[in-house]
Amino acid sequence: MTINEAQEEIISEFEFLDDWLDKYQQIIDKSQGAHIDPKYKTPEYLIEGCQSKVWIRADYTDGKIYYQSESNTEIAGGIAAMFVYVLSGHTPEEIIDSDLYFIDRIGLKEHLSPTRSNGMLAMLKQMKLYAVAFKAKGS
Amino acid sequence: MIDSEKIRNDFPILQETVYGHPLTYLDNAATTQKPRCVVDRIKEGYLHRNANVHRGVHFLSQEATEAHESARERVRRFIHARSTSEIIFTRGTTESINLVASSFGELLSEGDEILTTVMEHHSNIVPWQLLEQRRGVVLKALPIRKDGTLQTEQLESLITSRTRLITLAHVSNTLATVNPVREIIRLAHAHGIPVLLDGAQSVPHFPVDVEELDADFLAFSGHKIYGPAGIGILYGKEEWLEKLPPYQGGGEMIDKVSFEKTTFNVLPYKFEAGTPDFIGSTALAAALEYIDGIGMESVAAHEQRLMDYALRRLGEIPEMRIIGGAEKRSGLISFLVGDIHPYDLGTILDKLGIAVRTGHHCAQPVMDYYGIDGTVRASFGIYNTEEDIDILVEGIDRAIRLFHH
Repeated sequence: MTINEAQEEIISEFEFLDDWLDKYQQIIDKSQGAHIDPKYKTPEYLIEGCQSKVWIRADYTDGKIYYQSESNTEIAGGIAAMFVYVLSGHTPEEIIDSDLYFIDRIGLKEHLSPTRSNGMLAMLKQMKLYAVAFKAKGS
Repeated sequence: MIDSEKIRNDFPILQETVYGHPLTYLDNAATTQKPRCVVDRIKEGYLHRNANVHRGVHFLSQEATEAHESARERVRRFIHARSTSEIIFTRGTTESINLVASSFGELLSEGDEILTTVMEHHSNIVPWQLLEQRRGVVLKALPIRKDGTLQTEQLESLITSRTRLITLAHVSNTLATVNPVREIIRLAHAHGIPVLLDGAQSVPHFPVDVEELDADFLAFSGHKIYGPAGIGILYGKEEWLEKLPPYQGGGEMIDKVSFEKTTFNVLPYKFEAGTPDFIGSTALAAALEYIDGIGMESVAAHEQRLMDYALRRLGEIPEMRIIGGAEKRSGLISFLVGDIHPYDLGTILDKLGIAVRTGHHCAQPVMDYYGIDGTVRASFGIYNTEEDIDILVEGIDRAIRLFHH
């Protein structure tokens, strides 16, 4: 599955949810499946928003990046889990070049606002930085 | 009894909708909404009375000066200061405290001690920490108890011959505790120590009389008392203000300037460098007139009724944990529900049109003491009603169902 196919899959999951409460339910469900090995729940892997914490790390196997995330909040955690789902299993180049439009399309753009201070933007930046670092390592 | 409906009509913003819901504004400890008369005063100032104040010979300047100085008199009356010399316009509580830290700090030497408390807003911690770095003074903090009250019995033992100032919140912005400031001031004065009160969360909610309290300094913000943002007050006893050196240098605060010797203006101008916010001051006066029209006693009684009702209603929610259980409390309730993160709860409440604040409320030492990341804080103002509390409780119930499905 390409990055865009994964994004389309998430968009179609949310498409049928008219009520915002159902959308948040979906995000919360996604958060509950997202875990990181406890040994990585250290400051090194922590992205601290003003209020929420997200831990994120990546493995590089056979030219592809696999991310893991976890949060102490369910809403930030669910959004992080969706990013992990969309970007995992792709090459550094694909990740660097990706355009993540799904969050806007499912109506959660506000969570990526720089004023939101929930660490979501910083997390996304960190995910791309991993890709840049692995690309440099690979070449 | 105050007429809530009439009051609500004075605040146009309360008619706004958020995500399709009528706005339920419960973030008054952060900032209050503005009645129409305050906004009108700002508009009127800029449209009809705008000229730089003081030393102007022309008509408009004199009008603007008169309005600005009568605003100072309004503030004086509101907190019962003896003289307008004791009322300094600042940008807000934070600047007021920084002013004292800076100017009072000039009188201190290495090893002198400042005593504060664990329940302070960062604004009443960090300026003193900067002073620690600058002048080698020592900052000490009076501990709190689990019920959110100060361990005042420790006060005497924390006071030493080097204690130069006690600075504390009149009301905690996180725990809602109304501190026994009268007793603390009496004890401090018995040791010859002045007291600075952070009145950001007290002055908007009940009558504060500096003369009766015998406070040496009182800081508060205009925007938390229905006035505009960017203007605040530092009250200081004249005898103290006379002793302190100026805060910032510039226009307004000088008497004569030459490269040989500059002399400073009289109080309160000595502490007001640069063009003051002469529109903000008059709008603050409008806010105080408005609230005086309702009566601070009535405001306090109304908010106390709301507090009692909210504590009862929130108490009915299973797994509700209220942070801070002081008997004397004012203005706000901090809480957690089960293991729901405050950010998650706040996000869902927001989607329901309910504005609360979540996080550490700029009081991280309080959070550390309770071993929590943050709380959800609902805070009240004169326009809040029992219906707002019902909406909040309903919103929390809805969030619980969402997170615990």
